[in-house]
Amino acid sequence: MAKPKVATTSLAGCFGCHMSLLDIDDRILKLVELVDFDKSPIDDIKEFSGRCAIGLIEGGCCNEENVRVLQDFRKHCDILISVGDCATMGGIPAMRNNIPLEECYAEAYLDGPTVHNPSKQIPNDPELPLLLNKVYPCHEVVKIDYHLPGCPPSADTLWEALVALLSDKPVALPYALIKYD
Amino acid sequence: MSASLQAAVQEICQACGNDRTRVMDIVREVQSRFGCVTGEAMDLIAKTVSAHRVEVEGVVSFYAFLSDQPKGEVVIRLCNDVIDEMAGSERIVRAFREALGIDFGQTTPDGRITLEHTPCIGMCDQAPAAMVNDVIVTRLSSDSVWAMVRELKAHMDPKRLVQKLGDGNNAHSLVHAMVENNIRRSGPVIFADLTPGDALKKAVAMSPQEVIRDIKTSRLRGRGGAGFPTGIKWDYTRSAEGAKRYVLCNADEGEPGTFKDRVILTEKAELLFEGMAIAGYAVGAETGILYLRAEYAYLRAFLEDVLNRQRSRGLLGKDVGGKRGFDFDIRIQMGAGAYICGEETALISSCEGLRGDPKNRPPFPAQKGYLGCPTTVNNVETFCCVARILDKGPGWFAQLGSQGSSGTKLLSISGDCKSPGVYEVPFGVKLREVLKMAGAEEALAVQVGGPSGQMVGEKDYDRSICYDDLATGGSVMVFGPQRNLLHVVSKFLEFFVEESCGYCTPCRVGNVLLKERVDRILAGQGEEADLAYLQDLGQTVKMASRCGLGQTSANPVLSTLKNFRSMYESLLRKPIDGKQLSFDIHQALADAQTVVGRQSVHF
Ligand SMILES: Cc1cc2nc3c(=O)[nH]c(=O)nc-3n(C[C@H](O)[C@H](O)[C@H](O)COP(=O)(O)O)c2cc1C
Ligand code: SF4
Ligand code: SF4
Ligand code: FES
Repeated sequence: MAKPKVATTSLAGCFGCHMSLLDIDDRILKLVELVDFDKSPIDDIKEFSGRCAIGLIEGGCCNEENVRVLQDFRKHCDILISVGDCATMGGIPAMRNNIPLEECYAEAYLDGPTVHNPSKQIPNDPELPLLLNKVYPCHEVVKIDYHLPGCPPSADTLWEALVALLSDKPVALPYALIKYD
Repeated sequence: MSASLQAAVQEICQACGNDRTRVMDIVREVQSRFGCVTGEAMDLIAKTVSAHRVEVEGVVSFYAFLSDQPKGEVVIRLCNDVIDEMAGSERIVRAFREALGIDFGQTTPDGRITLEHTPCIGMCDQAPAAMVNDVIVTRLSSDSVWAMVRELKAHMDPKRLVQKLGDGNNAHSLVHAMVENNIRRSGPVIFADLTPGDALKKAVAMSPQEVIRDIKTSRLRGRGGAGFPTGIKWDYTRSAEGAKRYVLCNADEGEPGTFKDRVILTEKAELLFEGMAIAGYAVGAETGILYLRAEYAYLRAFLEDVLNRQRSRGLLGKDVGGKRGFDFDIRIQMGAGAYICGEETALISSCEGLRGDPKNRPPFPAQKGYLGCPTTVNNVETFCCVARILDKGPGWFAQLGSQGSSGTKLLSISGDCKSPGVYEVPFGVKLREVLKMAGAEEALAVQVGGPSGQMVGEKDYDRSICYDDLATGGSVMVFGPQRNLLHVVSKFLEFFVEESCGYCTPCRVGNVLLKERVDRILAGQGEEADLAYLQDLGQTVKMASRCGLGQTSANPVLSTLKNFRSMYESLLRKPIDGKQLSFDIHQALADAQTVVGRQSVHF
């Protein structure tokens, strides 16, 4: 039987959650015995090659491209997991949610202390995704099946959750793995 | 520092004995004289009564009727609850805006008039209604609003807005209100006559224990909502350790749709005060406090006068009722606009000059209540029942009503009915009969017990009004076939969001989330899974909240999910490709498209 496929992506995140996934160290060898990686920065596959069992989402949605990718993940994955506080709650990027978008653009491209932009033009190349009015946690954009909190969730947390899912067992996260202070 | 403020604050504090437990009275007085309690005033008060500034500021920031920002000389507070909305308050809102040229939450540029919203002011049977400072104006129309604003601008005297006086004591010179009693049905307990002193004299002829025994025999249960047996509460209070004991009367009447205590206070204050004195005798208290909601401030002078009359009759003061050594008197504590202060431990906090935060229980007020002393808190109507029980005998009372719920109950009925008003009915009466009395046979739904109660429909109309079936502190709101019940639920949640004291997360956050999800469904963006979410979250809020507010705030959701599920279901949609219906990408991109000046390439 073919191995189930896992896809991962980083939306408005810092890649810290992916780093944490790599932190499972040598267990990654076990992981590739259990699953194949599909679309993911880990193997640099850019487009889905088929249906996936699990999609791991790092980061929330701050721009239109994030939304497109997330919707694509929802379409291709049986189970979507929001990984980390950015995906589950918006996290650090959502700190901009209290500032009007126009001011955010102005700070980034016009008025910021390190900005040099004599033309006073806000970049509008179609390659640059438009920002959303605020940063959304993933479950406000598409249906999310599970949330793994943490910034980032530890390698052990990710490992335990993945193995439990793949072996169809209830996930048992001991207190130490979901305690944050 | 302005010398006049300093002098005034000192004088006000002095009048309250520089007592920090009287901070409520002090800040209320400063507010009324200066239109706000500024930081400077707070500092002065704190210094004068030896409190910390933050304690004073905590009080000022807690109550809706207090503020640290200047308000107009006249503050207009329009009720924005659902009953008023049904009575057409939308037109009133527009008229106020246009006539004053300001929006709600604003003050006219000349600083004279402030316009605000407020939850139920207990005038639901004569809605739309508003407060103009302490003056109540009812049955508003756009015309009356325009006329009112014109007059106010001319003389700035809210009292002169009252032209037609209401019935009964509403026309008393000390009340002078256009409020109507609308007593539609009188019963033998509350609205019957009583010769002042009769009940009290019978009480003091017995021992306090015998009085408590009689109250137990009558099977009287509290009328404020929770229905705790009054005799047992008094027994606990009497037998608890403490040098002093207190009797507190809960006249906060904040549950939207409840206005029966207002009518008792207007017409049956003697009965109430006699009941309080009997309670004082039974539990061994010398002091009673009537906690009067700020919305009923227009009754204060009148009530003070009734207190004086009771004193001159020997029914308050020294050797009350002719009983050697039984001294008992009552003071009035004004509230300042906070529903939570109806919760008995919050009410006690408020009487102690603190923020109206509920306290942890145990200890219960009967053990450690006001100022740490054993305290009984009872509803206005409960005390009236007490006086009647002492006069007519516990057996007489116990045979009224039903087995588990003896006596009669005042219902305040409002909404879509022909005869809104106050009804004294025997407990056990069927809801259908009640609806018939009020001319509301067409009702699509009835909210029994106010927002914290439950919403029931036709199939429940043959259930009875009593503690063991459909319990209510008095509020009965009727919704006709033309009403959107989900909108009503949303309005109720808005009320709880506004009135939560914020102490515990399930209530502070949970109610916001409940409202958000209900609104989502209302907007046609709900899906099947949202119903399970609401059920789950509702139960969590109910179970995990600290006080009665959070323990009941999810009831509008939970009871409509149970009784009107199809109404939710008819609004649900099926999501496509797992996308959230509530996420609107075009709206989310609108700002950026304007700023950047191009359209999306993805959507
Ligand atoms: C949020 C909240 C608001 C309340 N408001 C009132 C009120 O306005 N009047 C009242 O008598 N009881 C109110 N209660 C009930 C009181 O806590 C208390 O049970 C009651 O005053 C006791 O008097 P009783 O035994 O005579 O009913 C409220 C309770 C809660 C939780
Ligand atoms: S949750 Fe923390 S580690 Fe993960 S993407 Fe966000 S900021 Fe980075
Ligand atoms: S349940 Fe609500 S009102 Fe009661 S203590 Fe908690 S936050 Fe305050
Ligand atoms: S006065 Fe408006 S709802 Fe009661």
